Amino acid sequence: MLELLLSPLRRLGHTTINAIWRLGFITRFLFAILRYSGQSLLRFNLTIREIYFAGVLSVIIVVVSGLFVGMVLGLQGYNTLSRFGSADALGALVALSLLRELGPVLAALLFSSRAGSAMTAEIGLMKATEQLDAMSVMAVNPIARVVAPRFWAGVISMPILAAMFNVMGIFGGYLIGVVMIGLDAGTFWSQMQSNVDLHADVVNGLIKSLCFGIAVTLIAVFEGYDATPTAAGVSAATTRTVVTSALVILAVDFVLTAFMF
Amino acid sequence: MCALTGKPVSSDPFIEFRNVSFAYGERPILNNINLSIPRGKMVAIMGGSGSGKTTMLRLISGQIRPNAGEVLVDGHNVAQMNHQQLFEHRRRMGMLFQFGALFTDLSVEDNVAFPLREHTRLPDSMINDLVILKLAAVGLRGTQKLMPGELSGGMARRVALARAIALDPQLMLYDEPFTGLDPISLGVIAHLVKKLNDALGTTSIMVTHDVHKSLDIVDHVYFVSNGSVVAEGTPAEVRASSSPWVHQFVWGEADGPVHFAYPATSTLQQDLGLKGKQHA
Repeated sequence: MLELLLSPLRRLGHTTINAIWRLGFITRFLFAILRYSGQSLLRFNLTIREIYFAGVLSVIIVVVSGLFVGMVLGLQGYNTLSRFGSADALGALVALSLLRELGPVLAALLFSSRAGSAMTAEIGLMKATEQLDAMSVMAVNPIARVVAPRFWAGVISMPILAAMFNVMGIFGGYLIGVVMIGLDAGTFWSQMQSNVDLHADVVNGLIKSLCFGIAVTLIAVFEGYDATPTAAGVSAATTRTVVTSALVILAVDFVLTAFMF
Repeated sequence: MCALTGKPVSSDPFIEFRNVSFAYGERPILNNINLSIPRGKMVAIMGGSGSGKTTMLRLISGQIRPNAGEVLVDGHNVAQMNHQQLFEHRRRMGMLFQFGALFTDLSVEDNVAFPLREHTRLPDSMINDLVILKLAAVGLRGTQKLMPGELSGGMARRVALARAIALDPQLMLYDEPFTGLDPISLGVIAHLVKKLNDALGTTSIMVTHDVHKSLDIVDHVYFVSNGSVVAEGTPAEVRASSSPWVHQFVWGEADGPVHFAYPATSTLQQDLGLKGKQHA
């Protein structure tokens, strides 16, 4: 009977300790990346290459999603605002929703499933096929040569992708509000201009996406490096990257929003 | 005696294992191993799967550290090297992995150039020339632009060999270099390994269970079983050995001191539900 009561408690303790242990491990991993980042910054072509794979190849999905999100905002926003007779504020609504929340968060979610999962799978497979061992035996530190360039590529790409998402979203809002519904273009843009603050909205949004970039890429490279070097292990690590990234993005977003706005 | 240095050749070990023991957690892998490998010689370490052969290579390259005893390379204890010294040590060493471990995102050319680009400041034109020479040495000049996915298993192994010798190492480690190759590739790679060893004066250690091909090319053989050295000798001594263990391994017999079958607790008849019935 006692055993029946204690066993879930023990499992809870085990899970908690395990989670804390992993958190410590991932923090040490971040410090190791920062320590061995010299090469990826000095030989910047290594990082450029990864920016291409993580960032440039994600542009299409981010741009298309941004456009649709902006168009949906235009439709829903107009619907709601016109009930209160303030359809003129559509430009401000679209821009503020995108810059403050939707742009950074959705771009980060898309980035983690498009580029983060690929990073985890690639590093995990490099581990499984002894490529990381081979590198280390050749006196080349895999954290410096493989992990750090990918990390910086993610951190650099994320704010740029979020900015593209915002621009396309605003354009989508414009297409619906002005071109389709027929709001006055001057009002649409001037409302946006007078209600959006450079520091409070644009810069804070960029800071958010930078934080998401660090979190998502760190999770992706860590899960790859820590993956069990088998087919099942790499697939589990890739899943963990997408799931953990999504949770972390939303949690970090809440904390940042609470502090910023 | 060596004519040039006056040193007795056999008493100049390049690699020494002194009472080395190693365990992965609770599972013992090596148990009090002693062996020495002379400079410039080619030595094979043989034994069944799971006998701890690859672990010995990982101890030499410093990827793991022994629980007891010491591994000396050129007189230096690998376990006591700091990060810098360990990387210095690895720079003088080449390793051929079981399946090549080529970097799948780099072309053949970039794979072979990898150690040169990482560890030297040679101009690109010279690196290109060196890559061509190394590829020519393994008979693969002309494959520079191919990606690893476009190579057959044997070719990938040869590219990996070219990469391993890119910095003209003093020490070569081969992890199962013959596994999964067709007889022609196997013969070519064995010949190459021997030729490179003689040409570069490298000390080579080959972990393998391909008995006959290795006996043709090595100078000395150590047999490892259950984490201990059970026999050793030159290829001629091994072939003539009367030790039942060596005899079973060399001639691939199922019966002998090494049990092939897992020691199951029930009989085959019981497992098949044939208890009591007589079957021929």
